[in-house]
Amino acid sequence: MREFKIAQPRTADELAALLAETKEPVAMMAGGTDLIDELKSGVATVGLVADLQAVAGLAGIVPEKDGLRIGAMTRIVDLAEDAAVARDYPSLRQAALSLATPQLRNVGTVGGNLCQRPRCWYYRDPQVVCRKKGGFNCYAFQGRNKYHAIFGGGSCYIVYPSDLAPALISLGAKATIGTAKGDKVVPLEQFYALPEIDVGRENILDKGQFLKNVRVPAPKAGQKAAYVKLKERGTWDFALVSAAVAGVVQGGVFAEISVVLGGVAPIPWRLRKAEDALRGKPVSEALIRQAVDEALKDASPLRENGYKADLVFAALKEAVLAAAA
Amino acid sequence: MEKNSDKKHPGGVSRRDFIKGMGTGALGTAVLPPLLGQTIATRKGRVPVYDKKTITLTVNGKKASLTVEPNETLLDVLRDRLDLTGAKKVCDRGECGGCTVLLDGAPVYACMYLAIRADGKAVKTVEGLAEGEKLHPVQEAFIEKDGYQCGFCTPGFLMTTSAFLEKNPAPSLDEIKQALSGNLCRCGNYAKIYGAVDTAARKMRGA
Repeated sequence: MREFKIAQPRTADELAALLAETKEPVAMMAGGTDLIDELKSGVATVGLVADLQAVAGLAGIVPEKDGLRIGAMTRIVDLAEDAAVARDYPSLRQAALSLATPQLRNVGTVGGNLCQRPRCWYYRDPQVVCRKKGGFNCYAFQGRNKYHAIFGGGSCYIVYPSDLAPALISLGAKATIGTAKGDKVVPLEQFYALPEIDVGRENILDKGQFLKNVRVPAPKAGQKAAYVKLKERGTWDFALVSAAVAGVVQGGVFAEISVVLGGVAPIPWRLRKAEDALRGKPVSEALIRQAVDEALKDASPLRENGYKADLVFAALKEAVLAAAA
Repeated sequence: MEKNSDKKHPGGVSRRDFIKGMGTGALGTAVLPPLLGQTIATRKGRVPVYDKKTITLTVNGKKASLTVEPNETLLDVLRDRLDLTGAKKVCDRGECGGCTVLLDGAPVYACMYLAIRADGKAVKTVEGLAEGEKLHPVQEAFIEKDGYQCGFCTPGFLMTTSAFLEKNPAPSLDEIKQALSGNLCRCGNYAKIYGAVDTAARKMRGA
């Protein structure tokens, strides 16, 4: 592994100041299970790592009067085993349990998962200087692109790899961003940003900023939700396509619904056209097909990933029917 | 065996660290932090930063104190510095489970955990599973049920299994498969491994 120094701030204020004032690039380490891979392979080239482990107040799940606050340094295992999460947000629990392996869930964190770097094999290859790493080309566009984006590509065809964000966004979660000038809160959906905004990063965190926590609103009366993850292996795999559905069901009809996909776009992908098609009508397979067809009009599959369109239907069918049941 | 040659004073601050700290911290004369590394000055105070740090681990019940650099993994420290070679270095990327150890009781991949972040934590390796000559019930069960072929992945499976059965003493087959999903056996001996875990569960319950 390359050499680096490690800073161990003790408070969120120290962390924000360190990130804002340090001239050289700093990588934040939450659980570290992915950053260590990047440091070993040479994809990460920083000389300074900010260790978030000792920062006070970043870990833990705290009930609030209007929902649940989940600290960025909360381990995935603690999220998966939390009684309030199991009771009020079963789709979030499903997403947490679908992720990686027990060993990684014991170390990996909510914040680290939400900020996870893409799995694109061109990005992960230290020899390849792709667009995301300051080069000129996205090699996936004309290269091997079985696992790449069908929505929102263009300059870079990575897909958002992780499981928690689609579930959290479908549940209406907000992200708290820590900065040297105080906290700011954004809908988690707006925490992510497409490559056309800044190809070098996947979210809106500027220098000096870090993800502090996510807040999930209290479940509404009649709220139903489901998370479905389609992958090549039975466990320990990233999603080819995942679908998070949440809404309010009244008599077999979604009065409110939100649909968010993982694995199909550079960011968690909200399917508003499908939501509009599904809202207010009796749920049926035909209606779901119609909703997916409407949403897929925006898709631009590459040579090897057209199959993802079929998986979007399969994942959404399962998730919508499970949530409506 | 500890190969670090830094001579530590009883307070834990070496002469070298002290001089280095003096050099970088112009204001460091008034209050000495417990371990004098370097710091980065910020408007919110001085943030500790390390290019090496003396850490204390409790490994298999015994305290070990050693100086590590930030890029040393827990696995490398266990194998190369403490001569505990039970945890295996196989993929070195957190994909195979051969390096699984218990960190404060929870199975983790030692290859994907920085040693410097394990400061103050308890580590249990396969060397600490048996009590003297008395094997752990999980070890007995793996022997009885042929829960290994070449045996190279076995330390990882034993550690994952021992922690899993503490949490779930009577698992179903599906729960066993899920719990062991982070450990790979290239001999493909899974059927017998699952059987061994089931037997171990019965032994630990006294059933």
